[in-house]
Parts: sequence; structure tokens; C-alpha cells
Amino acid sequence: MKTPPPAPPVALLAELTHRCVLKCPYCSNPLELERRSAELDTATWLRVIDEAAALGVLQISFSGGEPMLRPDIAALVARAVERGLYTNLITSGVGFSPEALERVAQAGLDHVQLSVQGVEDAAADHVAGHGGSAAQKRRLAAEIARLGLRLTVNAVVHRGNVDQIPALVRMAEDWGAARVEIAHVQYYGWAVANRGRLMPTRVQVDQAIADLASERARTAGRLVIDAVTPDYYASYPKPCMGGWGAQNINVTPSGRALPCHAAETIPHLVFDNVRDRPLAEIWRDSAAFNAYRGTDWMAEPCRSCERRERDFGGCRCQALLFAGNAAATDPACSLSPLHDTLLAVAQRDSAPDGGAYAYRGYARP
Amino acid sequence: MSAAPITGGDVPALPRGVRLQFNQVRGQWFLQGPERVFEPDEIAVEILKRIDGVRTVDAIARELAVEFAAPEAEIAVDVAAFVAELLAIRMLERREAGP
Repeated sequence: MKTPPPAPPVALLAELTHRCVLKCPYCSNPLELERRSAELDTATWLRVIDEAAALGVLQISFSGGEPMLRPDIAALVARAVERGLYTNLITSGVGFSPEALERVAQAGLDHVQLSVQGVEDAAADHVAGHGGSAAQKRRLAAEIARLGLRLTVNAVVHRGNVDQIPALVRMAEDWGAARVEIAHVQYYGWAVANRGRLMPTRVQVDQAIADLASERARTAGRLVIDAVTPDYYASYPKPCMGGWGAQNINVTPSGRALPCHAAETIPHLVFDNVRDRPLAEIWRDSAAFNAYRGTDWMAEPCRSCERRERDFGGCRCQALLFAGNAAATDPACSLSPLHDTLLAVAQRDSAPDGGAYAYRGYARP
Repeated sequence: MSAAPITGGDVPALPRGVRLQFNQVRGQWFLQGPERVFEPDEIAVEILKRIDGVRTVDAIARELAVEFAAPEAEIAVDVAAFVAELLAIRMLERREAGP
């Protein structure tokens, strides 16, 4: 039986480069970072943007690494705007001059998401592995306000800074943000290598949930606060990517098209490259996108679960990590036979004194 | 940002970073903001198309009452509620009314 073609993707994550001066130990980039020489050229990215718009993509996020390190960033944003895409810039704020943002703003950029590592400079710079980064982020925030751009402050939280949620929200307010994202570390790649230094305790997570609720109440009507939940302590898994191959397409610096940014951790999947195949064809036909699309691939307990269309069995990469099988139930789910194992890992890794961070870089940890 | 209730004289506007667009490929209207994609229904689209930073809530209600031959008072309540809901999530902003 022939399955109907999938609905078009909502969003394209364009990872323009893996280069970044920051070395955050939870970086979502793969352990094997791509080098500058492997990056797609401007003409290819322009074609990918055209193909994304023709496919029905609504939003594009220019990300990395640090996307502002690409000299063609303003040209890429301009093309996306011209094609009617909603444009997001996902930036660290470091490694470029704040004034460089003006050209990107003039190209029609809709929204900037600026990441922060904490509220105190020294502690934040320690997490980022780069002196002076917090101060540079403040300068960029001032420039974003001057340019009148819509700002989201993104704070990744972990054992070392999860107690600062109210202060992080206040800092974002001071910077004029309209939206805050409080994102608990998701444990893939670099974050797995650093799990013993990043994992919050159960008590911290409960406090974080309470802090989030009170900050939402305090800022209601002024600020939108979104959260990425700490799924090691959850009862049900996150609806990862809104379903595999359902809403998102991610293109790496060298052009590989992925269903999610961590998909390359699943070793048997083969990914098509936008250099070789049009985006629409990859979205529809590529084996990697079809591997876990829909619900046919599911085994029990997912297969007959009433939540299967709500959380899609959770995260394939996390299933692989714990079950050795990417088609298993995400162990974050309390119905998974490995749920207790996951909780035990969280408890073990949340113990204090996990040693020094293995910073992100071109040498693997 | 004031949390004062919406009145008929308020002038709503789409802030920078929020876009109302008709997508040709999908054949439908979308209201988009940071990490937000809304699919407004027909009535919402008619309201949103008139939100331009110039028209007041009352003016929008008046136009819609004429166009859809509906009671203006009822529509004004709906428009105000719709505007309030989007203001609360920063998908709209309030402009100073003109002279």
C-alpha cells in the first residue's frame, strides 16, 4: 500500500557552521564537529532556502555554531525574507561585533534568540569556557534593543545554574525580551559526556518547576516563558520534534538533512545531502526521514498506547542510548522497562563533585 | 507594557517580529511569531487584516459589522477579546491613538 506524502515541514533549522568561540559542555552539535572547509557555500544555501519555501516551510532558524561567523548571513536572511519565510537568528552573541547585526536586521530579520549561561559573569563565562562572553552578550542585547528586534533570551539550565531561574527571567526583562526560554539540558552528545557535571538533583528540578510557575504568574501579559523539561525525571517522554519527520528538517553545515539535530547518533541511519538531492525529495523519500515517521514502526508499549499520537514514543536518540534500539520506547516514559535505569542514572549523575567540564571542541572528549 | 483592559479606542498593531501572511504553497493564512505558528480561522483573519496600527478596536468592529451584516456591539466584544488574548502573549502591541 502506498502511503500518502507527508505534510510539509513547518521549520527548517539551518546550521550554517559548527564554528563557535564558546565551548559549552552541553552543546547540541555532534561530538564530531564539521570544519569550515566542509561547509556549504552561499549558492547552495540560497537554493536550499528557495526549496524550503517552495516545500511549504514557514520558519527558518539560522543557527550553528555561531551563524554570525558566516560572512553571508545577511544575504541568506534577505533571501529567506524575500521568499516569505519567518526568520530566526539563534546566536551566542560572541565572536563578532554587535554592529554586524545591523546589516542582518536591515535584511529583514524577524527575531533574535540570544543564549545566556547564567546571571553572574564569572560563572557564566566558566560554563561557556570563554572569558568576557557574558559582557559581550550584554552589549549585543543592547544593540538588539536599539535595532528594535524581537528578542528571546534562551537559558540552558543545569545543576550549576538551575537555581537562578528567577534572576535569569529578570535579566531577560531588563534586556527587553518578549520571550524567555528556560531549557533544561537535553542529554545527547556533549551533554552525555558531561552528564555527571550537569545533571540537576530531583530537589532542584522540583524547585525549578515551582520557580517557573511563579515567574510566569509574575510576568503574565509582558513575557512569554517557554520551558524545555528535564525528561530524566518525567513520567512521560517529550513529544520529540513534534514527531519524527513530521514538522522539522535540519540541515548540517556540510548539507546533511536530518530529522533532528541529534539524529546522527543513530548509527544505522543514512542521511541524504542537499548537495545531491532537492529538499522536497529528501523530505518525502529519504530513508532516514521515513524510518520513524508515523506510528507503524512502534513496538509495545507504544504501539497500543493512547498517547502514541501525542508524544510519538518520545525521543529516538534517547531510546538508542539506553535500549540500544532507536525503535524502543523512550526510557523517559514510565511505561518503558528501562525507566528505572534512567532514573538511577539521573540520581547517580546528580551527585556533587562531578569533576571539570569536558568542553566542546574539535577534539572529542 | 500596561495590562489595562482593552477599550474601543485602543489601537492594536502587529509588532516587528510578528507576521500575518498568506502562504501560497499551503493555501492558507498564518500568524507567526518567535516559535509560534497560528492558523487563524476566517473571522480571525478578517480581524487581523485590519490591525494596522491605525484603526481602533471600534473601527475594526464597525467595518466587520458592515461587511458581515452583524450587530456591531456583539462584534466589538469579540474583537476586544481577540485583541486582549494576543496582547497577553505579545503577538500584538498597543499603539498610541493618533490625533
